[in-house]
Amino acid sequence: MNVAVAVDDEVRYEARSNASEAGPAAKRVVVGYGFWVFLLSDIVMFSAIFAAYAVLNHATAGGPSGVQLFNQRSVAIETGCLLASSYTCGLMSLAIGARRYPATYFAALITFVLGAAFLTLEVREFAGMIAAGAGPQRSAFLSAFFTLVGCHGLHVTAGLVWLVVMMAQVAIKGFRETVERRLLCFSLFWHALDIVWVWLFTVVYLMGVLS
Amino acid sequence: MNLLGKLDWSAIPLDQPIIMGASGGVVLVIVSILSWVTLKGYVPYLWREWITSVDHKRIGIMYIILALIMLLRGFADAIMMRAQQALAAGGAQGYLPPEHFDQIFSAHGTIMIFFMAMPFVIGMMNFVVPLQLGVRDMAFPTLNSVALGLTASGILLTNVSLAVGEFSKAGWVAYPPLSELQYSPGVGVDYYLWALQISGVGTLMTGINFVATILKTRAPGMSYMRMPVFCWTSLAANLLIVAAFPVLTATLAMLLLDRYLGFHFFTTDGQGNAMMYVNLFWVWGHPEVYILVLPAFGIFSEVVSTFSGKPLFGYRSMVAATMAICVLSFIVWLHHFFTMGASANVNGFFGVMTMIIAVPTGVKVFNWLFTMYGGRIRFTVPILWSIGFMVTFVIGGMTGVLMAVPPADFQLHNSLFLIAHFHNVIIGGTVFGLMAGYNYWFPKAFGFKLDERWGRISFWCWLVGFYVAFMPLYALGLMGMTRRMQHYDVASWQPWLVVAAVGVVVILFGIASQVVQLVVSIRDREQLKVTADPWNGRTLEWATASPPPGWNFAVLPQVRGLDALWNKKQRERTQAQPAQERKFDPIEVPKNSPTGFIIAFFAVVAGFAMIWHIWWMAGAGVIGIFLTTLAFAFRDDEEIEIPAEQIARFEQANQAEIAA
Repeated sequence: MNVAVAVDDEVRYEARSNASEAGPAAKRVVVGYGFWVFLLSDIVMFSAIFAAYAVLNHATAGGPSGVQLFNQRSVAIETGCLLASSYTCGLMSLAIGARRYPATYFAALITFVLGAAFLTLEVREFAGMIAAGAGPQRSAFLSAFFTLVGCHGLHVTAGLVWLVVMMAQVAIKGFRETVERRLLCFSLFWHALDIVWVWLFTVVYLMGVLS
Repeated sequence: MNLLGKLDWSAIPLDQPIIMGASGGVVLVIVSILSWVTLKGYVPYLWREWITSVDHKRIGIMYIILALIMLLRGFADAIMMRAQQALAAGGAQGYLPPEHFDQIFSAHGTIMIFFMAMPFVIGMMNFVVPLQLGVRDMAFPTLNSVALGLTASGILLTNVSLAVGEFSKAGWVAYPPLSELQYSPGVGVDYYLWALQISGVGTLMTGINFVATILKTRAPGMSYMRMPVFCWTSLAANLLIVAAFPVLTATLAMLLLDRYLGFHFFTTDGQGNAMMYVNLFWVWGHPEVYILVLPAFGIFSEVVSTFSGKPLFGYRSMVAATMAICVLSFIVWLHHFFTMGASANVNGFFGVMTMIIAVPTGVKVFNWLFTMYGGRIRFTVPILWSIGFMVTFVIGGMTGVLMAVPPADFQLHNSLFLIAHFHNVIIGGTVFGLMAGYNYWFPKAFGFKLDERWGRISFWCWLVGFYVAFMPLYALGLMGMTRRMQHYDVASWQPWLVVAAVGVVVILFGIASQVVQLVVSIRDREQLKVTADPWNGRTLEWATASPPPGWNFAVLPQVRGLDALWNKKQRERTQAQPAQERKFDPIEVPKNSPTGFIIAFFAVVAGFAMIWHIWWMAGAGVIGIFLTTLAFAFRDDEEIEIPAEQIARFEQANQAEIAA
């Protein structure tokens, strides 16, 4: 026979058995993994906007620059709110793990309030800039600034809506498997927004007032 | 405030006979198909078994149907362009006015890349990958259905632009400042942007789904180095989707902000930077060409190995080459615009990287050749496409390396030489690969083979037509003809363009033969009927029935090496299998869901409304998407159970069929 036949390595199969041969993973693992991949893609999107911001950083077209516009105090409070909300989100995960309804609702409420406070401060900052004639139409730099910070703000808004929906699910459906998986994804999402904000805070606000 | 935004009766180009004729014809065909389906009473069947299906095989087939229809649409554009350029020499203006010609080349590129090649590739992966992995479905079946819906939404919006309003005149890449509001005030660019944004979200969902499926759900025993090569190339392509499509989304979003809210990312005023668009676009665009061609490489690997009756030569080097291309594809983007005026060192770096990426591709070509060497090759239609590919793709690859030399590129940039090059690799690589895959896996999908004779006729028409149509373009490019010309003054170009037009007609015969092939095969399906393993295959998709049942495998296969099915067949030949009574367990499969269809509906509503500035309707569309998602999240039962008896009955019937 002129056909080369692959050697069936049955013996080595027994010896080599490892995690990658274990068969389909549990649903919880697959969902969490898929969501990690989504977060990766989201961070890639942010990095494209970061790159645009870096390119247009000095393209002020004679308009105001970051040094003149950014209010360090307000941004510091915003950062505090968001980081604290990440901590309370972690507490919520612990409460879910312990199957404690009141603690879950309470932690979610605090998370929501802190997130909403962050958004309020951001909207106030935006409104102040627009009122002062430094809106996104003023220069390429401001276009990039509003897009980058606003994109993060939209993510936080989406996160708040998601949190409300999840609490409704906990109330109606209880801690069943699907609900728990979604809560896991939510907390991944919320922490990822923190990471993006740390970069944003550094690149936009800190480096902005340095230059 | 106007309730219908910018939309009024002047949007329909009643004074343009060509456009009205084409769109009238399309509307007529759609209406007659829909009424035929309704009159025959097929609507409940289609709704139950196809539109709401979350089965990866059905979704894959629907993707491919969309792609084939779009192939016809994009090809119609190609014929019109070739006819125009064959005519419009010297003082002649041809039959297409410039603003119509510009829409045609923009639509041709957009449709062929985003709505023909992409759905075809994704459909192929959808159908094949879970079967090859030996599992029952994708990681996220309903997400898969939503992704299909969003792709279809993008396709629908692009085609609506034919009759309502206009399509982009800024080329398929939509470079600013031309694509900015100042120079393209019409709705054409908005159609382009929203169609791509909506379908792009769908593509991203697909990418996430495949990465999770391939990395987390494989049959027991299938380690990474036992995955079929098509699964590897699909993994690479989907990693590229996950890493590249968000950049496109961000870039197009910036252009949308410029156009809708007066931002200054790429404008000529406000210190915008148009070249930044070009950079960002190709950061997505270059990986995109590998998203299209890597799965095709996978198809060729499967086809060559199966029809040579040998394991793939150099499996490990094939995997390494695939992943090398996956990484390298992100550091060559600047070769699309050496003429930007970057420094010599920057151009030099990207030139060298571009030449380096040809090396793993060369490794693959040699692997296929060595697989065939010494094999007992069966010259079926899929292997013909593969051999045609190897010759054609190598020529296209070499002209690519030629253009990777920056000084040469300064001469050839945006000339027809470039057009010839990328058609040479996309048609010779991706399209030939998809045709090979279409002929190869068709019997698995429908339980009967495609007609061989018409398949061969189609192949030869395509191959000959391709060379006649595109080799003259290389010559024209060297003679200085640039792309996208509605007319030209140089009389010596015309003979070459006439030859190219003849080539397109030959390709038309190829496409017509494919239609005939399909019709003939459906007519003769009883004679062409096959059982599970018509090609003497090597991988797991051939281990289950043709067409496979909804649950794919009654029992998940145990994989013990590369080429799992081939090994199993060899084992069974050497040692007699004791006849055993097989026991089946009930299987949980995901429940059908109309979510994908409804979200697609609202996405079309929102997209159309945004294009025409109908703000209330856009809001309604977005709220509709949100509520649909919410309804999906609150549904109670997600899976249905298929009883063991039904599975046992199916398996018995299947065994009896194979025995007979």
